[in-house]
Amino acid sequence: MPSLVGSHTRRQQMQPTQNNQHPSRRHRWHLAEALPWVIAVGAYFVFPDYLAFGTQILITIIFAISLDLILGYAGIVTLGHAAYFGTGAYAAGMLSAHLGWNEPISGLVLAGTAAAVMGWISGLVLLRYRGLALIMLTLATAILLYELANTFEDITGGFDGLLGIHISPLLGKFDNDLWGHNYYWYTLTVLVIVFLAARRVVFSPFGRSLIGIRDNVQRMHAIGTPVYRRLVTIYTISAGLAGIAGGLFAQSNAFVTLDVLGFARSGTILVILILGGTGRLYGAFVGAVVYMVVEDELTKLSPEFWEFGVGLVLVLVVLFARRGLLGFITDMNELMHKARS
Amino acid sequence: MSEFLNVVISIVFDGLAYAMILFIISVGLSVTMGLMGFVNLAHGVFAMAGGYATVAIMSQLGIGFLPALLCAGVAIGVASLVLEQTLYAPLYKAGELDQLLLSIGLVFMASGAFTYFFGPDPISVQIPDYLHGQIDLGVRSFPTYRVFMIAVGIAMALGLWISLERTLIGARIRAAVDNRPMAEAVGINVNRLFKLTFALGSGIAAIGGGLAIDILGLTPNFAIQYLVLFLIVVAVGGLGTIRGTFVAALALGIIDNAGKYLWPEGGAFFIYAVAIAILLWRPSGLFGRTD
Repeated sequence: MPSLVGSHTRRQQMQPTQNNQHPSRRHRWHLAEALPWVIAVGAYFVFPDYLAFGTQILITIIFAISLDLILGYAGIVTLGHAAYFGTGAYAAGMLSAHLGWNEPISGLVLAGTAAAVMGWISGLVLLRYRGLALIMLTLATAILLYELANTFEDITGGFDGLLGIHISPLLGKFDNDLWGHNYYWYTLTVLVIVFLAARRVVFSPFGRSLIGIRDNVQRMHAIGTPVYRRLVTIYTISAGLAGIAGGLFAQSNAFVTLDVLGFARSGTILVILILGGTGRLYGAFVGAVVYMVVEDELTKLSPEFWEFGVGLVLVLVVLFARRGLLGFITDMNELMHKARS
Repeated sequence: MSEFLNVVISIVFDGLAYAMILFIISVGLSVTMGLMGFVNLAHGVFAMAGGYATVAIMSQLGIGFLPALLCAGVAIGVASLVLEQTLYAPLYKAGELDQLLLSIGLVFMASGAFTYFFGPDPISVQIPDYLHGQIDLGVRSFPTYRVFMIAVGIAMALGLWISLERTLIGARIRAAVDNRPMAEAVGINVNRLFKLTFALGSGIAAIGGGLAIDILGLTPNFAIQYLVLFLIVVAVGGLGTIRGTFVAALALGIIDNAGKYLWPEGGAFFIYAVAIAILLWRPSGLFGRTD
């Protein structure tokens, strides 16, 4: 049935993840989970010249994790997640530029809070809708914020960007040096905290109920889950984390432009998460690293090849590797095991 | 004539020309999304391809603007069928996220490919002399091309409306939009019908893209730049209705123009605020079916 509310074609594609483990074991740490952290710490010593780029990758991972919470776990399809990244970025930037609030850690907490409030308010309205209407509304909300930021250029800096951000040294000691050493550690620390929080959320009973909503919303209604309230809660959490990513972005670059709110940012983060794999938290890591490294290399070669290439990869992923790179690897592993036994 | 009236006429007139472009490009998207429920973000690609095809046909074959426009429409309409068959068809039963991602992928690919072949700079088109200049319509004079644009838009809306309301194929399309299983049960081949409307919608969008060059400009970014606008027109109007798309295009086109004219530094967000308000009030669009 054609309908903007779109109760048809509900998320058949969202495959349950971690489905063959006993519930009491799912949340336990696996040895393999140390791998991304070993790589992140190792990268500091192996690529000392690329730490500013590494910081941007870590920020993107945080942003992608925030999207995974709503898209991968709760099944909320959004084309406007940059709204919260941008809110956090402008909050952190304007705190410093207008109020002289230069202390980074409290600034980051406030950025996350501002974005969470924005997420809560917009979520209260948006999450009453589903399907295409929801997609269009998230998209329009983000663009509305973009145009508002463009209009009120005396406080946001408008098209020219927000100047005058001066972040104090971290803990009074570690400045944002030219090579980004300190900010790499700062961002990595924030990522660890964000990741632990996200992991805690998705393995909690609350997180399980989100997966239930994603996979079969009628049944969750039937067993008495307050679906709307759960969705608003996770949307608020996700917006807050996106705001933290945005705040880090503003602090590390000491500059905010309108494109933190742009459609391209909403689209890119969606592509990154899909590429890595949704509903598994680590998809955010794989997607962000692969996407940003390949982008960096290919745009040096030719921007139009990159654009064509990312489109092609997206089409191929949708048609052949629907669960992203991580899902693809898991599937291959299972095939190998089957072949061996 | 009073200054105030003059401003109002300018806003409405330019808004109308803009609205007709929105309508011509979006109408195919509305009908195909209504028929298949396919979330297609790549519709603007057909308009963009139509624009480039028009320019290429004019320079290669040395024919005039209007014949080239028709050739481009036919070529893109046929080409879109290949795309539909190979990429879209496998995903009709998939979730909206998959459809959305596939079509975003297509937009990126098209943008990259057109940049490679035509370069990143804006391309202009040689419109014939009789469409240049101003035309006096009694009240005051207007730019001829925009008058032509409005006439084409209204003619197209009438033509499409008559063929949807007064022909057998139109009746079949309406039946399939309203209730697909029932339409199939009475022997309507919805898949074939869909291919027909898809090709027709893409062809019309291609013509719209060619017509739009002189007003909106044409770069390889066209499909990304206007993606949101076309989708909003369709969503606000309601899926699968020509009347809805027409009214939505008119309203958004004129509001957008008024906003930009009266408040140049901030008028761009009017159209999104209005679109959000309408969608919150009627999630299925102004004329969409609420079931």
